[in-house]
Amino acid sequence: MAKTEDVAIFERNVAKALGDGQLRRNLRSAMATMSQRRRTLFADTEAFEQLRTLGQSIRRRALSQLPELLEQLEQRCTANGIQVHWAETAAEANAIVLDILRRHGATRVIKGKSMVSEEMHLNHFLEEQGIEALETDLGEYIIQLDGETPSHIIVPAIHKNKDQIAHLFHERIPDAPYTEVVEELNAIARGELREKFRTGDVGVSGVNFAVAETGTLCLVENEGNGRMCTTAPPVHIALMGLEKVVEKLQDVPPLLRLLTGSATGQPITTYFNMITSPRRSGELDGPHEVHLVILDNGRSGIYADPERRTTLQCIRCGACLNHCPIYTRLGGHAYGHVYPGPIGSILTPQLKGLDEAGVMATASTFCGACEEVCPVKIPFTEILRMLRNEAYARDESEHEVQGHGYRYTTVEALSWKSWALYNTSPALARIGAQMLSKFGQHLPMIGPLKEWTRVRTPPPFAPKTLHELAQQRGLDDDR
Amino acid sequence: MTANARENILSRLRAIPTHGRYTVPEAPVIAGLALSREERIDRLRRMLEVMHAEVQVVAAREWLGELKTLLRTRALNGLLYAPATPLGAVLEAAWEEGLPPLVPYVEPVEQCRESLFTIDAGITSTRGAIAETGALILWPSVAEPRLMSLTPGLHIAVLEAEAIFNTFAEAIDRQGWLEQGMPTNVLLISGPSKTADIELTLTFGVHGPKELVVFILQ
Amino acid sequence: MKAYYFGTCVIDACFPQAGLAGIELLQRGDVQVIFPQEQSCCGQPAYNSGFPDEARKVARHQIKTFAKDYPIVVPSGSCAGVLKHQYPRLFAGQPEEEEVRRFSSRIYELSEFLIKVLNVRLEDRGEPIKVTWHSSCNALREMAIIPYAKALLRQLERVELVELQNERECCGFGGTFSVKQPAISAAMVSDKVDDIVQTGAARVLSTDCGCLLNISGALGYRDLKIPTQHLAEFILERTHGQN
Repeated sequence: MAKTEDVAIFERNVAKALGDGQLRRNLRSAMATMSQRRRTLFADTEAFEQLRTLGQSIRRRALSQLPELLEQLEQRCTANGIQVHWAETAAEANAIVLDILRRHGATRVIKGKSMVSEEMHLNHFLEEQGIEALETDLGEYIIQLDGETPSHIIVPAIHKNKDQIAHLFHERIPDAPYTEVVEELNAIARGELREKFRTGDVGVSGVNFAVAETGTLCLVENEGNGRMCTTAPPVHIALMGLEKVVEKLQDVPPLLRLLTGSATGQPITTYFNMITSPRRSGELDGPHEVHLVILDNGRSGIYADPERRTTLQCIRCGACLNHCPIYTRLGGHAYGHVYPGPIGSILTPQLKGLDEAGVMATASTFCGACEEVCPVKIPFTEILRMLRNEAYARDESEHEVQGHGYRYTTVEALSWKSWALYNTSPALARIGAQMLSKFGQHLPMIGPLKEWTRVRTPPPFAPKTLHELAQQRGLDDDR
Repeated sequence: MTANARENILSRLRAIPTHGRYTVPEAPVIAGLALSREERIDRLRRMLEVMHAEVQVVAAREWLGELKTLLRTRALNGLLYAPATPLGAVLEAAWEEGLPPLVPYVEPVEQCRESLFTIDAGITSTRGAIAETGALILWPSVAEPRLMSLTPGLHIAVLEAEAIFNTFAEAIDRQGWLEQGMPTNVLLISGPSKTADIELTLTFGVHGPKELVVFILQ
Repeated sequence: MKAYYFGTCVIDACFPQAGLAGIELLQRGDVQVIFPQEQSCCGQPAYNSGFPDEARKVARHQIKTFAKDYPIVVPSGSCAGVLKHQYPRLFAGQPEEEEVRRFSSRIYELSEFLIKVLNVRLEDRGEPIKVTWHSSCNALREMAIIPYAKALLRQLERVELVELQNERECCGFGGTFSVKQPAISAAMVSDKVDDIVQTGAARVLSTDCGCLLNISGALGYRDLKIPTQHLAEFILERTHGQN
């Protein structure tokens, strides 16, 4: 059976990731630490359950009135002096950003961490236009130096250890001494970036929550680089996916608690930055212009289906990554797309189409660890299963995911049809089971059995099935 | 090119006949913390200290002495302050020889960018604090600009013990944030700037202040 | 009291003794066990692989086969999870939705049934032994029956339970996942085996034979002589006085 392209690429990525012992060690300990910190913070499981039900409720309430809230957000932001832009695609969003930069003659952009900007491939786009876009979050700075993309949505450089970072800094930063001391590495980055903060033309950031009733953009961070990017330059551009809106100011405290607690086990981050307007008359600092770019890029398609819509509840805490037995072994890069792990596996095939990323939905054992920790109760398993269905749904697709039916092959469809026939025809099943008992140990090691026996002994087919033993024992057959 | 983006997006979102099929679970009512005044002070102090802030709970008439003691032990090139605030007036009246010079923030950032990025310390007032998670509420204003608590390596914050709330939600509610309208910027600050981006090793003092000193005035 | 027994296909083909052990434990509790010969698979493989129509066909067959109003006992958290929690989803909006709900409400995982319904008391007659425990993900999360399984284990006085370091982590079986993502599955089960070895346990127990098929296969491949066993079989062995 010919493999579809996304499957073949993923297989290569997986082989590479699993073969990288250093990567696995780096990830393993980091993910265990993050999970442990989260568990400690939410030790009271009953209270956590209540809190996340509240979080789920807030996010669902917001999504249930999404167009109205987006309009309200726009209206309030505009009244506050924030300029609101709408982009249907990443390309449109990039063009909006470029246009703002051009109007200000900007050549140096300083960036706070933003997954939406990754989704837009903004840095790459700006570089092509001759504009320097510098990542200022330490983790993002590290990977940008190495020409990489984030491997985790919260701790983007988690796949690297300090030795690797030490070499990187020494090689790529002029005059940087070689040091493996984390504090010294931080100090090198601080020194490099301080000048950039002072002289940056435009700051770019993401948005964690946008409050419709006040027109307030909320940003969560620890380093202070986000505050620098949104306060020091004369222009600030905030990028948000259209699902980030919440209705009320009072929706923010529980979501904030869920976000920081789930992400890193912190009761709160060092900074929670709430921006409601550009510099007002008489104020001495802050940007003169604040722009908000609201990006769709496939989200409205997800919104269309009530089951798929739960995907948009996500607050990007990354807890599902930290607890996923597959993410913790592969890291983010193997997924081959911007959003990795369980959230990436449900989001990406819907944003980009199954034919491009459908394989991500197969990267799950349905163990449910993601669902268990999700602070807004996204039903990951249901969505993953639905995406798998869609991947084979050639004609009639219940959820109309782009690229549905792309994995359909007559051979696989036929084999499941036979499987169903076998399991609904007792006579057939009896013969089959007896065949397995007799010849199971001598099956040729091809197909699934070949994959199985790469690291396992073959299944020990018993000489007699339970059906036979039950009959021998004279168990009531209910007939 | 993007003229229709807004209409297209909103009409796609509106065109969906699924209202009612998307259930909103009932929001549980979660009882917030209800600590006594002393407990709030104590919890705030503990939470801030865990995040490596230095906290001094002092009598209102003694805090200036403590501040001076602190400043005398450091070789600081200046203390950035906001002269048009009550705190600014108190500082001016109390300033004396041997302390780092008081540097007022009175010009737009465009005229004083250099000095803002090189001054060692800044002092600000606070609008309150949150005991539950440990966080100061800063409410920058015309008189007390935003960068004061960000660019200096040492940030000193002065907090009235009366203004410590149990929770973030309580602060929003009791201080009437909605009713009076949100200012340009509100900040919650829970410690000096920090990162754990290298091997999750927590280190303090990245891009923001390396130190946070909080005076809680009784 | 009458109860149906749903043997599951993995047990049927590979671990029939575990299936029988479950039956015997029920019979000891004065349950008249009914084993419909027409039963087959719960439908999970197709359901999780993108073939819901085929899953529904097979599911309908089970619903028809287990038609009477008896409880249905399942010696597997994973299959029980599908029968109890996934069938109503699989049939949402279908004409038989109500019937399916009634069927699903009769599902019990074996250890859950032994504790909750039969309130069994076990007397340990075996020699002291150190065992470790593998929680299948569906038993742990979807069915949440691990407390019942461990309550049974705790009744066995001379059994010392040494828990895995990562007990809550999946073994990498995932049904068709193990052959659709074989490399990832192999990495997962390999870590699970390491975890088992470090406990120093003489046996690995679980409520789920799918996981045990995976784990025992990987143990065997590495020539590690740590037997795996379904909880029911282990209990039967301990309470019979054989060793």
